[in-house]
Amino acid sequence: FRAVPDDGGLVDADEDKDIKTEASNDSWGNNNANDGRLLSPSPGSSASAGSNKSAAGASEEQQTLLAVLQFLRKNKLTESVEILRREAGLPEDSLEPKGAESSGAGSGGASGGVDLEGGDASSLLTAGEDQPDVNVVLSAYSQQGDPALYEVYYSGLKRFIESVLDCHRAELSQVFYPLFVHMYLELVYNNHESEAKAFFEKFSGDQECYYEDDLRVLSSLTKKEHMRGNETLLDFRTSKFVLRISRDSYQLLKRHLQERQNNQIWNIIQEHLYIDIFDGMPRSKSQIDAMSGSLAGEAKREANKAKVYYGLLKEPEIELPLDDEDEEAENEEGKPKKKKPKKDSLGSKSKKQDPNAPSQNRIPLPELKDSDKLDKIMYMKEATKRIRLGPDNLPSICFYSFLNAYQGLTAVDFTDDSSLIAGGFADSTVRVWSVTPKKLRKVKSAADLNLIDKESDDVLERIMDEKTASESKILCGHSGPVYGISFSPDRNYLLSSSEDGTVRLWSLQTFTCLVGYKGHNYPVWDTQFSPHGYYFVSGGHDRVARLWATDHYQPLRMFSGHLADVTCTRFHPNSNYVATGSSDRTIRLWDVLNGNCVRIFTGHKGPIHALAFSPNGKFLASGATDGRVLLWDIGHGLMVGELKGHTDTIYSLRFSRDGEILASGSMDNTVRLWDATKAFDDLETDDFTAATGHIHLQDNSQELLLGTYMTKSTPVIHLHFTRRNLLLAAGAYNP
Amino acid sequence: MAEERRQKQCSVILPTESMKAMAESVGVGQLQEESCVAISEEVSYRIKEIAQDALKFMHHGKRRKLTTSDIDNALKLKNVEPLYGFQSQEFIPFRFASGGGRELHFYEEREVDLSDIINTPLPRVPLDVSLKAHWLSIEGVQPAIPENPPPAPKEQQKAESTEPLKVAKPGQEEEAAIQGKSQGATAADGKGKEKGLIRLKPRSTHELSVEQQLYYKEITEACVGSCEAKRAEALQSIATDPGLYQMLPRFSTFISEGVRVNVVQNNLALLIYLMRMVKALMDNPTLYLEKYLHELIPAVVTCIVSKQLCLRPDVDNHWALRDFAARLMAQSCKTFSTTTNNIQSRITKTFTKSWLDDKTQWTTRYGCIAGLAELGPDVIKTLILPRLTVEGARIKAVMEGPVVSNIDKIGADHVQSLLLKHCASVIAKIRPQPDNVEQYRTDYGYLGPMLCSHVMKARTQAALQAQQVNRTTLTITQPRPTLSVSQSGLSGSTGPRTPSIIKVPSSLTLMSPRPGTPSQPSPPATKYIVMATSAGTATTQQVITLSSSQSASPVTSTVPSATSTLQPLVKLESGSGPGLTGSRPLQKYIVVSLPSSASSSLEPKSSVIPTSISSTSLEAGMKMERSESPGASTQSPH
Repeated sequence: FRAVPDDGGLVDADEDKDIKTEASNDSWGNNNANDGRLLSPSPGSSASAGSNKSAAGASEEQQTLLAVLQFLRKNKLTESVEILRREAGLPEDSLEPKGAESSGAGSGGASGGVDLEGGDASSLLTAGEDQPDVNVVLSAYSQQGDPALYEVYYSGLKRFIESVLDCHRAELSQVFYPLFVHMYLELVYNNHESEAKAFFEKFSGDQECYYEDDLRVLSSLTKKEHMRGNETLLDFRTSKFVLRISRDSYQLLKRHLQERQNNQIWNIIQEHLYIDIFDGMPRSKSQIDAMSGSLAGEAKREANKAKVYYGLLKEPEIELPLDDEDEEAENEEGKPKKKKPKKDSLGSKSKKQDPNAPSQNRIPLPELKDSDKLDKIMYMKEATKRIRLGPDNLPSICFYSFLNAYQGLTAVDFTDDSSLIAGGFADSTVRVWSVTPKKLRKVKSAADLNLIDKESDDVLERIMDEKTASESKILCGHSGPVYGISFSPDRNYLLSSSEDGTVRLWSLQTFTCLVGYKGHNYPVWDTQFSPHGYYFVSGGHDRVARLWATDHYQPLRMFSGHLADVTCTRFHPNSNYVATGSSDRTIRLWDVLNGNCVRIFTGHKGPIHALAFSPNGKFLASGATDGRVLLWDIGHGLMVGELKGHTDTIYSLRFSRDGEILASGSMDNTVRLWDATKAFDDLETDDFTAATGHIHLQDNSQELLLGTYMTKSTPVIHLHFTRRNLLLAAGAYNP
Repeated sequence: MAEERRQKQCSVILPTESMKAMAESVGVGQLQEESCVAISEEVSYRIKEIAQDALKFMHHGKRRKLTTSDIDNALKLKNVEPLYGFQSQEFIPFRFASGGGRELHFYEEREVDLSDIINTPLPRVPLDVSLKAHWLSIEGVQPAIPENPPPAPKEQQKAESTEPLKVAKPGQEEEAAIQGKSQGATAADGKGKEKGLIRLKPRSTHELSVEQQLYYKEITEACVGSCEAKRAEALQSIATDPGLYQMLPRFSTFISEGVRVNVVQNNLALLIYLMRMVKALMDNPTLYLEKYLHELIPAVVTCIVSKQLCLRPDVDNHWALRDFAARLMAQSCKTFSTTTNNIQSRITKTFTKSWLDDKTQWTTRYGCIAGLAELGPDVIKTLILPRLTVEGARIKAVMEGPVVSNIDKIGADHVQSLLLKHCASVIAKIRPQPDNVEQYRTDYGYLGPMLCSHVMKARTQAALQAQQVNRTTLTITQPRPTLSVSQSGLSGSTGPRTPSIIKVPSSLTLMSPRPGTPSQPSPPATKYIVMATSAGTATTQQVITLSSSQSASPVTSTVPSATSTLQPLVKLESGSGPGLTGSRPLQKYIVVSLPSSASSSLEPKSSVIPTSISSTSLEAGMKMERSESPGASTQSPH
């Protein structure tokens, strides 16, 4: 819920309330996090995390707390108030005067929400109830101007911008789209329907092509009544459209508008636009185009300034009892001696703490079990056999086709060791296949389990029921299409998210459903386990991404700020961050520790459907319906590359295990391989670019493209690199 | 990207007439014009909103087609009860009907007899989802296996051969570069090509992998070997395998060299085998032979016109080889002849020239005529018919003159029957009916009388066939598929390649979603009831009550009570004739259609409908149906 102050009350009112109702529960979660709710490996860690947080928490945090307290009190949740107050260490009397102040200071939408809808918390979630707020929000449009003059104003500005110097024109042209939308909405709001239509007809063709989808929504909207309950619109209204303009260009615009006494436009700019002014050279058209396209303009520069600990966590040291095994297994190679020093060097490397890495216990992580250690050992063994990939050494691709899926395959996942594959289907089922000769077996029933000898060495083998062995198992439980699916790193669990609004946790021992995590209420588009297990993230149509722990039925964190559906969610390799992609065409990076949004990446021109972190944690790749892959430097918060080539939605992205190759799979029935090393090497990271975020992208997609592999009418919806760098791809064959 | 796709922002709204019709259907008689406008705007807006949400579900379902379940899910998002009972079909045919100045689009749904459903055996259970793995790429190179698309699609091969200097598409260029890299030495070459300004024709590499070399060896050995079963298999492989592109140059050289050697040695059997290989190559849907015609055509022509093809020309049937090769020649002319390469005219010239030569042997003569005749009736008409008299005289000289040699006699005999065979059908078409022997003799000389009898035979045959054809068109064009089967069996479908991701034929057939019920081969005559009524009359009311009991307000869409999964779908569409004024009582056609997913509960409903309809309206409906029937019959075969 800490995302709320971060956005300065700009998130729409509906969202705001949603969060607050949840906050009443979640606030415990956050504050108790240190003493119980999260797995805390040692008391020391919780202390450090706590101090960390309190250091960060400024007066702003205080304000938020007070607001929450006020809200709780309004809802007569006295017990919660008491607990929260005690947790926060606030004196009892501090609430009264300050609380009033905070609600006064709060932005219009938020305070309106609290005042108007204090009564029934559950009703807040229904769509119809937000109408009073909409009116508050829309009232900004009530200013009356002569509707006939709108066209004159707009074309006047257009003429002006077309006549300015070339270097300013591109920058000032950014103003067109938001102005157009707001003027159109103003006309609609004031019931000038025919003028609005004429205005739309006349100027909609001038807008950039990547706003096409939004324009289509706008074009259908011709009545004031329609404005109620239209989410897209509400977003446009409540969040200021962010533009980045150089100081010179801005002055030019300002002077022009003041000279012409063009108050109508000036008012809109003042009220609905956020102009982020920078000093320096105006940007070129291509620079602007690279960054624009999102629903609410570009990210503010400050939004990407927070420090991100993108380094990897230190690998836990595992005593290697494997050497003797190793010799047995590898005696045909006959060089165990060579391996030993190698392993030592690996170990010593990981002992050095990466300066960019978060502290080991920044968030509490589950302790390694014996089985996890065994798996790590297996992993390291496999890693030594890994093929070194590069432009001259491309990976082999093994394609898993789902036959007879009848257009129903919606999600696929592989386990990290590539032994299992799971598919989510539109008929609400989840199926798990074993792709190794080892069949899937259930654990015996409780009665049978009682009979076996618990002391025997092979007890783990004995508990399995041989009679149930089969190559695939079906998991039934959802009541709508399954859209997201994820294996736990230890292969004991499987997560699935569905249209029915739940995320389900399945046991791969018993092949039954263990938990249904409710909270989203709307379709959940994606879910993913943390690389360290235990935590998972989900995101859905309610525009909120949630962080869960498997043993809690309520979310630990809610990441709110997206203006449209959260379409995909990914964990950073160090588990401290979560990246979410959305239909608002932005990518956000969230800090798991405090729920803050630490990065906003804009530049995609369509809903984002694929995300992938590079194995070193430094970079992020994203793919969208526009068929482009964008590469981002997380540390600097910059776009660093654009890979063009796909002709349809990209549904899957994956880096090779060493990060040299990026593979992308798309609806256009191709797998493409890109030279990631080269893409990241060519970076220009001088101070200026880092400071302003203005990048010059080279158009070198063709040089970076290493291979294109067509499938036979099979869209590629999942990609996975095995531990030895063999690329696995999956999709359903559509005859 | 989006620039090209950018369409006009449409602000289409539903016509107000539809609103009126729907209002009538729920019993609201007089709806004001303004309310209609308001409602239609609102409804249009809501429909667009729902469609946009449904698209979201489609994207997340990783599909390109919007399905009814997407719409259902979108409705659920809006807290509206979804429309139950609709299924997505691959293709929903909207029919069109017009009459009385009004136009109507409707979704045709047939009335199903319940007993039919009960009596038909259950359809086969659809196959379960299964997983199959294959190599999409091995160390950067895509293997040519049936699971992968052909390495160089036919269009690309064609483009390569017709426009060699055109820059290859980026993806392909990359592929070429990768192939180069895998060979090491040519890697630098590939790089230079990418960056350099000089646009050289890409040097195609024809290195074969070990597997391919083995395959080549096996195939060529089988093709010319002694085992007929093996040969059939090999030819089948050549005709169907998608990965032969790389081996094509080798095959064509093999064939041309083989012909050259075996013609000299007069080895008829081997020549036949080689020609069958040519045929197989031409039949392979993934190959485009244009680049190799310079080797293949001489070989084929040799087999047509060579003086001697076998050791014992008097006994061996080398005529069949000539016929076969001539057919091949005609086929390649048809496929590859363009205005630039002029294959057909060049071939025709070659044939005529040697035919006209008096010294030409009978064997060559036969080949020339066969080659020309296979090129089609036009060629026969312009080139062969005028020469019939001369040729007849020559044949007469051999047949009736002093015995020269047995071989010549056989040759002349064959030429004669060949001429008769090909010319008769053409003459039958171009000559008017009364076939007079004398007339024929004056026109065509020695061959005249024989031609005359052949022509008469051809005519009677044609008449017979025509009768048959007439009869078949009355039903459904049944014989046609059987005719083409023989061809398609060999050549595969000429259109889109048949998907052959798995080799088990049974699963293949089932994978294609079958529209409609598979158990019924011919759809029963469909019935629908179309009623022409003026607004608010009794008949309309009656039909409408049937639906109104189930339909809610238009915005929330017609949602039946959850208990009955069946719901008559009432589509109302009014013809908005251009010259119609609003005051005139509008005629409307109301189509009551039932979802095809009709279950057992259908029976009572369907029995209700006819009773509620007056006889006049029924008549109208039948008229409509009759007028529609030709269209229906043309539509149904597919």
